[in-house]
Amino acid sequence: MGDHGPAQGFGRWLFTTNHKDIGSMYLWFSFAMFLMGGVFALVIRAELFQPGLQLVEPEFFNQMTTMHGLVMVFGAVMPAFVGLANWLIPMMVGAPDMALPRMNNWSFWILPFAFALLTSTLFMEGGGPNFGWTFYAPLSTTYAPPSVTYFIFAVHIMGASSIMGSINIIATILNMRAPGMTLMKMPLFVWTWLITAYLLIAVMPVLAGCVTMMLMDIHFGTSFFNAAGGGDPVLFQHVFWFFGHPEVYIMILPAFGIVSAIIPTFARKPLFGYASMVYATASIAFLSFIVWAHHMFTVGMPIAGELFFMYATMLIAVPTGVKVFNWITTMFRGSMTFETPMLFSIAFVILFTIGGFSGLMLAIAPADFQYHDTYFVVAHFHYVLVPGAIFSIFAAVYYWLPKWCGNMYDERLGKAHFWLSFIGLNVTFFPMHFVGLAGMPRRIPDYALQFADFNQIASMGAFLFGFSQVFFLFIVIKTIRGGKQATEEVWENPEGLEWTIPSPAPYHTFTTPPAIK
Amino acid sequence: MKSSPSIKGIVARLLLVTVGMFGFGFALVPLYDMFCDITGLNGKTNAEAFIPLAELIDTSREVTVQFVATNNDYMPWEFKPQVFKMKVHPGEEIETTFYAKNPSAKSMMAQAIPSVSPSRAASYFLKTECFCFNQQQLAAGEAIDMPLKFIVDRDLPDNVSTITLSYTLFDITNGGAIAGNSLAIR
Repeated sequence: MGDHGPAQGFGRWLFTTNHKDIGSMYLWFSFAMFLMGGVFALVIRAELFQPGLQLVEPEFFNQMTTMHGLVMVFGAVMPAFVGLANWLIPMMVGAPDMALPRMNNWSFWILPFAFALLTSTLFMEGGGPNFGWTFYAPLSTTYAPPSVTYFIFAVHIMGASSIMGSINIIATILNMRAPGMTLMKMPLFVWTWLITAYLLIAVMPVLAGCVTMMLMDIHFGTSFFNAAGGGDPVLFQHVFWFFGHPEVYIMILPAFGIVSAIIPTFARKPLFGYASMVYATASIAFLSFIVWAHHMFTVGMPIAGELFFMYATMLIAVPTGVKVFNWITTMFRGSMTFETPMLFSIAFVILFTIGGFSGLMLAIAPADFQYHDTYFVVAHFHYVLVPGAIFSIFAAVYYWLPKWCGNMYDERLGKAHFWLSFIGLNVTFFPMHFVGLAGMPRRIPDYALQFADFNQIASMGAFLFGFSQVFFLFIVIKTIRGGKQATEEVWENPEGLEWTIPSPAPYHTFTTPPAIK
Repeated sequence: MKSSPSIKGIVARLLLVTVGMFGFGFALVPLYDMFCDITGLNGKTNAEAFIPLAELIDTSREVTVQFVATNNDYMPWEFKPQVFKMKVHPGEEIETTFYAKNPSAKSMMAQAIPSVSPSRAASYFLKTECFCFNQQQLAAGEAIDMPLKFIVDRDLPDNVSTITLSYTLFDITNGGAIAGNSLAIR
C-alpha cells in the first residue's frame, strides 16, 4: 500500500484498519461511556445526599446502580484498556499494525451498537435493567423488566467484541514481534495484556453462556435458574462469578503493566524485578479461576468450601504483594520527579493497596458475613477500580499523549486534575468504609438517619470527582490542539520502542522491523 | 520469529478455546448438579421414588422430623403439613400428608420443591412416595391431602437428631416449570 496517509472525512473512521485510529476511537468511546456512567453515579449520589426519597423513584434508582456498574465495567474500563493496547502494543513490539486489522475495526464498531441497545432500555416501558450489574437470577429472569432481552443481546455483543479484541492482541504479540524481541524482553504492558487477553478468552464465553441460559429461561421455558422447574438460582451465582472474578483481574492487570512502565521512567531506575512481575501476573491470573465463590460466602456453603475459597483468595495477596514491593523498591533511592503520570502512578500504588487490604478483610469468610452486601464492599471495589484501573488509564494518557499527538500537555493543569481527582475520590469512597461497617446496605435509595453525615460527605466528593473529569476532557483537547512540541523521547530516557519514533507517531510505524538490542 | 505459528493457526486455536469455554459454561450445569449430588450439598433429596428393600427398623434410636411448608411469591394456595413434627425410628416407613387448597377463582397448577436441612442428612432421607414427584392441579376452591411416604436411612450419622424437610410451593399455572425438566433434579 505504500506510504499513504489517512483517508479523508468520516469514512476514515468507519473503514479504518489502522491500529492508531482504532485505538483513538476506543479511547474516545470509553471516555464518552465514562462520562455517561459518571452521570448515572451522580444521580445515585444526589439521591443519597440526604435520607428519604427526593429526586428519583426507587425503581429508577435501581436502574441507575445497575447501569452505572455495567457501563463503567464494560463501556469505560475495558474499552479504554483495549484502546491503549491498540495504540501501544504494535509500537512496543515493533510491529506495523495489529495482526488482524479488519477484525480490529469490527470489534470496535460493534461496541457503540451494544451500548446503544443497552442505553435504549432506559426509555422502554418497564425501564432498563434494575437487578444490579451482577444480574442475579431470579431478579434478572423471573422478576426482570421486559427490556432484559435487550440487555442480554448487548452483553452478547460486548462479549464478542472483547473476544475478537483479545484474539487480535494475542495473535499480534505472539506473531508480530520484531526479530530479537523474545518474550522475556517484552515491555510489561505487553505481558500483562497478553495474560489479560487469555483471561478474556477463557471467561467471556462463560458470561455469554450465562446470559444465554437466562435468555432460554425467559423465552424458551427452560429452568436453568428456576427452582420451580428443578433449576437452581445459586447455580447462576457460580456461573456468573466464574466469569466475574477473572473479570476483575481483566480490569486491573493492564493497569499493573502501565504503572510498571511509568514508575521506572520517573524514578530513573530500571524496574526492580522484571521476571518476578511477569510470574506474579501469571500467578494472579491462574489464582483468579479458583476463588470465585468468595463472592458467595453467605449462600450456605459447607465449611470446607468456605475455607478453601478463603485461603485461595488470601493466597492472591502474595503475588500482589510482590508487585507492590516491586514498585516501591523501584522508587526507593531513585531520582524521582513528580510529573502528572507519576503522581497518578504513586496514588495508584497507595490507594490500590488500601483497596487490596479491604479485599483481604472481605476474604475472611466469618467476617464477610457482616460485610456482605454493605457499603464496605462498595468502598472496597471502588478503591481498586477508581484509583486502580481509572487512575492507571489517566496516567497512561498523560504519559503517552505527547507521543500520540506530538504536543506536551500543560503540566500545571495536569497536576490540578490529579489533585482534584485524588481528593474527590477519597472524599467519596473513604466514608463508605464507615457506613458499610456500621451496617448500611448497598443498592438502596434511602437509608437510616445515622448514616446521613457520611453520605453527605461522599456525595460532595462524588460531584468534585465527577466535574474534575470534565476538566480532564478540556486538558486533553487543549493538548491535541496545540502546546509545546514534544521531543521524540518525550521524557528523560524512557524505556521502549515507542520512544524511538517521532512525535507525533506517524500514521504508519515500523513498516520495517526495528533492530532489538 | 521463524518458529512461531502462523496467525491463522493462532486464531484457529483461540477460536477453539472460545467455543470450548462457551460449552464449559453450559457444562457447569450438570457439573454443579453432580457435585451437589456426590457431596449431598444443597439439601436435595431423591428425585424418583425410592424402592424400599426389606428394611430393618432401628428401634433403639429416635430421630425428630420437622415439616415446613412455604409458598413462593404470589402463590395464593393454603399449604401446610398436617403433622408438623414427629419422632421416627430409622428404617421405619412413615406416612404423612400435606394439606393444600386453591382458594382462587381459577384452576391452578403447582409444583412443590423439597429441601432437607441439615444438608448432610439429605441423602439419608428417602422418599418412597411424594406429591413433589408430580405437579398438582387443583380446581378453584378445591382442597386436597397430599401423601408423603419416607424412610430415614439407618445409616444416618449419629450426630443428626433432627431433620427438617421443607417444601416450597411454586405456581406453575403459566408454565413456570417445564414438565420434562422438573423431574431431573429433585
